[in-house]
Amino acid sequence: MSTVHDQRTGSVPPRADEIPTEVVRLRYPGRWVTACVLVLLGVLLVQQLIVNKRFQWDVFWQYLFSPQILVGLQRTLILTVIAMAIGIVLGTLLAIMRLSRNPVMRTASGLYIWFFRGTPLLVQLIFWYNLAALYPSLVVGIPSGPGIDLGATNLVISTWGAAILGLGLNEAAYMAEIIRGGLLSVDRGQVQAAESIGMTDSLVLRRIVLPQALRVIVPPTGNQVVGMLKYTSLVSVIALPELLYSAQLIYTQNFQPIPLLLVACFWYLLVTSLLTIGQGFLERHYGRGFKRTDAGTPGRWNRLQARLKTKESMGR
Amino acid sequence: MSATPNGGPVLEIVDLHKSYGGTEVLKGVHLTVNEGEVMCVLGPSGSGKSTMLRCINHLETPTRGYSRVRGELVGYRIKHDKLHELRRRDIARQRTRIGMVFQSFNLFPHLTVMENVMEGPLRVLHRDRSWTRQKALAALTEVGLEAKRDAYPGQLSGGQMQRVAIARALAMEPELILFDEPTSALDPELVGEVLEVMRRLAREGMTMVVVTHEIAFAKNVADAVVFMDDGVVVEQGPPAEVLANPQEPRTRAFLNSVL
Repeated sequence: MSTVHDQRTGSVPPRADEIPTEVVRLRYPGRWVTACVLVLLGVLLVQQLIVNKRFQWDVFWQYLFSPQILVGLQRTLILTVIAMAIGIVLGTLLAIMRLSRNPVMRTASGLYIWFFRGTPLLVQLIFWYNLAALYPSLVVGIPSGPGIDLGATNLVISTWGAAILGLGLNEAAYMAEIIRGGLLSVDRGQVQAAESIGMTDSLVLRRIVLPQALRVIVPPTGNQVVGMLKYTSLVSVIALPELLYSAQLIYTQNFQPIPLLLVACFWYLLVTSLLTIGQGFLERHYGRGFKRTDAGTPGRWNRLQARLKTKESMGR
Repeated sequence: MSATPNGGPVLEIVDLHKSYGGTEVLKGVHLTVNEGEVMCVLGPSGSGKSTMLRCINHLETPTRGYSRVRGELVGYRIKHDKLHELRRRDIARQRTRIGMVFQSFNLFPHLTVMENVMEGPLRVLHRDRSWTRQKALAALTEVGLEAKRDAYPGQLSGGQMQRVAIARALAMEPELILFDEPTSALDPELVGEVLEVMRRLAREGMTMVVVTHEIAFAKNVADAVVFMDDGVVVEQGPPAEVLANPQEPRTRAFLNSVL
């Protein structure tokens, strides 16, 4: 408060008793108006949902917990977890190769990313599903030499195999770029300091660069997980009944597409919400040691982070 | 610190050259630093001081020439009259003997002060945890920051961060420490505390090579002062000679410009 008159350089500061001490905060009437409008629109929307009988909420409730839907949901979750696991592990490997000193590694990784990012996921899924058309049986061994016969391609790469390969290998290409960006975001001085205490390349990566890169990698990876949850619905083209396809299978029989699509959306939204909460915890974990101003995505978690940080800094 | 009997110089730099593309940054530097000696390297920016420092521990690979720490060739081995580059893993092992302190501190921001100091002995030297803890606490006490052991670097002032960086180097029990403009990134009022720690290290017999712009520090603490310009050593000798009575016109011009 006292800085106000200090800034009036050159003039004699007025005596303190000439300035009233009570402060009237600025009001924001626009916020109230927009809030009212939005609440009104919200009420209308909810009213529509209730009044319009064509939503058929009875059908929605009937199928929300039906075994067929729940099995589909389970498959969606399994596919998401496995495909993301492949994507993250393989993506990390590709990112490290891409940044390697070894030009062979760099090129190999570049070609992989070029191919799997450059062709549609749908095509890749169908391709893996139809691999048997190219190679009727799979043999591991030396070309035109002895090998172990793995059996018919269709048996080795089942519908599940094709779905996991398609989603996972495609995701790896995107994750590689996200992880590469994260690795590049770590200051060069960190690597030099780590090397100066005698760390080997792998130790520098594991102990110093990756933990700091994760702060940058986690938010877009959360995005990828949420994306993957929904991309799994693409595997319906190779007849794997995940959540959406399960709903479709039901409504092709009972001719009630709207309520069944709502059932699918409900589950997608629920899982996405849970994932968002989990992401917040991860971001906070990897943001430790960093000031809140540059920690993760702004918004949601910053107030919580800010409160934690002030608690920390009060202890110093 | 290391009280081994004087068996020759701790650091020798022989005919060090470094080029980036076509530009030659180092044009044949020769230097010798003895046990317990503090050598201050002065010179205008772009004279190759920092590059020289980084070539000593192979953070930069020299184009020609080499450094030796207590007689051990850094970064190469000799076979059939040729220098063969060592594997990166072996160079990393050699670096454990050469401490380094950077202008921008480069503390690990995701680790606490204590973890920063313990990281090297624990993960690189594979010392046991209780030994490392004691060593790290001793190093932090040396720089006067044992009270900050649980803080993160982001909660420290620049001077405190640099002192932790010195403790991180000390905990490795190095043969010598290289300082790359350790006070250049600091606010003026924080320079003193870092120089004070360095002065104490010098008194305790640590061998140090200090690239710096602090003429007063060089005058009071250094055993030898080196003036570099344009990739070569222009003049070297005791501070009383080089700083008080420089023989080379380039040294005189530089000292006039900074004093």
